[in-house]
Amino acid sequence: MFPGNFEYVRAGNLKEALTLLSGEDCKALAGGHSLIPLLKQRLAQPAKLVDISGLDELKGVTVEAGKARVGALTTHRELAASEALQGAAQVLSEAASKVGDPQVRNRGTLGGNIAHADPASDLPAVLLALDAEVSIVGPNGSRSTKADGFFSGLMDTDLAENEVISHVEFSSLGAGDASAYCKFEHPASGYAICGAAAVIRGSEVRLAFNGVAAVPFLASAVGDSLSGSDLSDAAIDSALSALEHDDPLSDLHASAEYRLHLAKVYGGRALRAARDRRG
Amino acid sequence: MSVFGASIKRREDPALITGKGKYTDDLVRPGMCFAAIVRSPHAHARIMSIDTSEAATAPGVIAVFTGQDLVRGEAGGVVPTCWLLPNLVTPDHPILAKDLVRHVGDGVAVVVAENRYQAHDAAELVEVDYDPLDAVTDVVAALEPGAPQVHAEAEGNLAFDWDLGDKEKTEAAFSQAAHTVSVDLRNSRLIPHAVEPRGALAEWDDAKGELTVWVTSQNPHVHRLLMTLASIGLPEHKIRVIAPEVGGGFGSKIHHYPDEAIAAWCAMNTGRPVKWVATRSETNLTDAHGRDHASHAEMALDAEGRIIGLKVETKAAMGAYLSTFAPSVPTYLYGTLLSGQYDIPAIHVRTLGAFTHTTPVDAYRGAGRPEATFLIERIMDLGAAKMGLDPGDFRRKNFIAPDAFPYATQVALEYDSGNYGPALDRALEMVGYQALRDEQAERRKSGDGKLLGIGLSTFIEACGLAPSQVVGSLGAQAGLWESAKVRVHPTGTITVYSGSSGHGQGHETTFAQIVADRLAVDVDQVEVVQGDTREVQFGMGTYGSRSAAVGGSAISEAVDKVIAKGKKIAAHLLEASPDDIVFEDGAFHVQGVPAKTQAWGDVVLQAYLAHNYPDDLEPGLEETAFYNPANFTYPFGAHIAVVEIDRDTGHVELRQYACCDDVGNVINPMIVEGQVHGGLAQGIGQALWEEAVYDDYGQLLTGTLMDYALPRAHMLPSFDTDRTVTPCPHNPLGVKGVGEAGTIASPAAVTNAVVDALSTFGVEHLDMPLTSEKVWRAMNQSGNGQG
Ligand SMILES: Cc1cc2nc3c(=O)[nH]c(=O)nc-3n(C[C@H](O)[C@H](O)[C@H](O)COP(=O)(O)OP(=O)(O)OC[C@H]3O[C@@H](n4cnc5c(N)ncnc54)[C@H](O)[C@@H]3O)c2cc1C
Repeated sequence: MFPGNFEYVRAGNLKEALTLLSGEDCKALAGGHSLIPLLKQRLAQPAKLVDISGLDELKGVTVEAGKARVGALTTHRELAASEALQGAAQVLSEAASKVGDPQVRNRGTLGGNIAHADPASDLPAVLLALDAEVSIVGPNGSRSTKADGFFSGLMDTDLAENEVISHVEFSSLGAGDASAYCKFEHPASGYAICGAAAVIRGSEVRLAFNGVAAVPFLASAVGDSLSGSDLSDAAIDSALSALEHDDPLSDLHASAEYRLHLAKVYGGRALRAARDRRG
Repeated sequence: MSVFGASIKRREDPALITGKGKYTDDLVRPGMCFAAIVRSPHAHARIMSIDTSEAATAPGVIAVFTGQDLVRGEAGGVVPTCWLLPNLVTPDHPILAKDLVRHVGDGVAVVVAENRYQAHDAAELVEVDYDPLDAVTDVVAALEPGAPQVHAEAEGNLAFDWDLGDKEKTEAAFSQAAHTVSVDLRNSRLIPHAVEPRGALAEWDDAKGELTVWVTSQNPHVHRLLMTLASIGLPEHKIRVIAPEVGGGFGSKIHHYPDEAIAAWCAMNTGRPVKWVATRSETNLTDAHGRDHASHAEMALDAEGRIIGLKVETKAAMGAYLSTFAPSVPTYLYGTLLSGQYDIPAIHVRTLGAFTHTTPVDAYRGAGRPEATFLIERIMDLGAAKMGLDPGDFRRKNFIAPDAFPYATQVALEYDSGNYGPALDRALEMVGYQALRDEQAERRKSGDGKLLGIGLSTFIEACGLAPSQVVGSLGAQAGLWESAKVRVHPTGTITVYSGSSGHGQGHETTFAQIVADRLAVDVDQVEVVQGDTREVQFGMGTYGSRSAAVGGSAISEAVDKVIAKGKKIAAHLLEASPDDIVFEDGAFHVQGVPAKTQAWGDVVLQAYLAHNYPDDLEPGLEETAFYNPANFTYPFGAHIAVVEIDRDTGHVELRQYACCDDVGNVINPMIVEGQVHGGLAQGIGQALWEEAVYDDYGQLLTGTLMDYALPRAHMLPSFDTDRTVTPCPHNPLGVKGVGEAGTIASPAAVTNAVVDALSTFGVEHLDMPLTSEKVWRAMNQSGNGQG
């Protein structure tokens, strides 16, 4: 498959990237593992690609003073291998390690993944479960938004055309906290038919899903009913039995009914794994 | 150790794995330009008009042609079908649609441009005004009254109505049956997915009036013949077809597609070499698909559980047009295999071929035989369950006895040899069958969250296509012999020209092994040439597990002739009678007088120095043989799959896979094992993941690898393979062929394992692919099994 014609420029720094992106019909290019396939299918035909993959200021993981900060250009492979994240948010490493295959993980980035907002991507639910904030820079300066408000529709986000995600931030998990990501893979694409991210922080429990619906979502009722509970198998099963969604995705590989069923099974598996990981 | 039977490394591989292989898309000709084909987005529509004006003036565009432009003279412009059944309806298949499109992907126009990007950009500018019509994609629906018609001349979409076997005798058997079992099943539609997409590069030499076409072909001579007879119309000696490196085919590159004819027409009409290479999406829409059957089968048993009759009715999709060998696949390559390994005294099979608004269906790895094996091995399990017998014991009870060969089946084949018990015993031993059954009982008792299932498939295939008289009488428009030429050079090195046309099988290695073994020369002194109609005498190509059995046998016979000629030369040099000369250990000597010897090299050199020959001895040492097999070959084996099913999700995991195949003598065990592994991956892929699915409008929902689930290495266990050896009695090498065995046997083994795991839920049958949701529903909707 062959993309239509486009121009290509490489940004040297964030400021330059923002200037370039303020032009007509431009698109940021990070790892290219979602954007290039769209170009090849001619589902996207931007006039200009602004390659931001060289911007070192948007790379890397730092954990300091209870805060974890992950640059938008951090690759899946770096997330999966990050020692700092093992303690601060194992769920993020674990989810990243389950993205695609080694080539995809070597090129694909956190920022690209959440900007693209494929409903079957692995990282969005993780950010919801971690209660992360997404930091965004644009022509008028920077702003940040809760992950919970960031994902607004099917492959749609709060991001404007000329904005760039700079990083993602969340409170790191402490001793006695734990998290886990469990994924039911699509047999063809390897994307999530259902991905469940569970975070237990003190007595608070948060559970979020990818793949199940058009937009990743936080299962607040499940989390609320488990927060403060003993997290016994019975408590988990009972909380999940009430899991509902108005409009689960339905396709060739999984009907809405089956997806919701998988959410209960995988939600349970993620919660149990997190529970059992607590110190 | 003999070089025949040695696991020497494939000489093809160093170039291929270091990126030095030259595939069609690697070739560059001076002045070469590129074609992009505009394809129908509709499954069924009338073409109202085509406006090419904008495309024609787009940057780099050299020419734009539509179906109306690509007809010239009397022959030309259509691709034919080559296997004519009685009463077969054969509508034209124009290389570009003229008034109607009949499947998504049907070609309507072609753009030729300086580079492939410009060609694809301009293809988007061709404006086709379509009037969409209702479509039918399901094979059963297509045969129902009132279904949308694919071709006016095929009433009710019926391409053919064919049967085989003795209907009355079969009905009589059923009337005497103590027990009967029946099943309705689908054999899912598959997309071949060769790693190298199809492509063609055509060059027209106006001065000589000669056309050269490099094409991804499994049988370049067949391609040339069909271009002469139907799609191009140039005389055969003015067309040269070359199959360069070809990256897999599995049957999909047997067929003559419109695309290579379009490239040729473009080259002839523009005077420029024209390359066309399919995108991956294009291959999914246009490579002939495989399988797509809906069948009803019934089996009659006597009181002891012996099979006394089998009747089968199958509806087989042909797709929108009859592809090259399509009519043979669900008939003679299918119905003839329905006796399996079993002694069945009465069989009747009827197949209805149906046109549908889909990509054409044709031979795909195993072609007909996987469909037959799936059906018979599924109903065998139902029979075993009915009789309360272990599936292995039930099979054994019905095996054709080892002393019953040659065995004439009720469906037109004569099995030349076989001994089915030992392969089954060995496979059962390899998996540790009894221990597995114990584990299964244990898990069922404890209500384990993983359900264990064990599935058997004892299969037979008819390979080595094919005895020419037999296939001729069955409707093939040609015999399926094979040719070989062995040219011995003055210094003793050898070039073999084979009519087989390998595309990944390793012929260059195994064919050299055959020759080196016979002539006792170093294997590196033997070169193998294939895949070029100018270099190689006519040949039939590579498919149907025929290359070793038929192509290899042709080589062996040509070597016989070389030896016979060598004896004459040696006799002359030794002043003896040719009748007294023997060839042993690489030398010619007078029988009983070992001292009177001429070494191979001396004889060969004299063949060309040849300055004092007697009148009746021709110089040179080069021989050709056309080998026609006396019968099919009958590889067989026993395959066993072990699966674990997640009780919560229905997810099936293949835990273990063991097989014991009998492919006759083995030229290169490593290559045989590789063939088995690849075949297993494809068969297991069909069982668990792969399926081409159309929606009601005829759109292919599984048009990309994001939706069509091909097996990948991490989804498969390490295979445990073994062999028994029952040599083929009727060919000189005793080989039977191995290319299709894994694909033929494994879908049934895996499906039987899954159904076995689910038997406590009252599940008797599930159609492939055994997706998690399907299995989950089976556990939650049927019966009242444990868990
Ligand atoms: C074969 C394959 C398998 C895959 N499997 C999975 C999987 O299992 N799970 C999964 O989650 N994902 C999967 N992916 C997708 C992968 O994770 C992508 O890498 C990711 O979704 C996009 O990241 P990228 O860096 O490649 O972004 P790009 O493709 O470069 O960009 C994607 C989009 O994000 C925008 N963008 C990129 N960076 C920024 C930024 N910093 N700020 C604002 N906008 C930005 C781009 O403009 C574009 O619109 C798979 C991809 C492939 C090719």
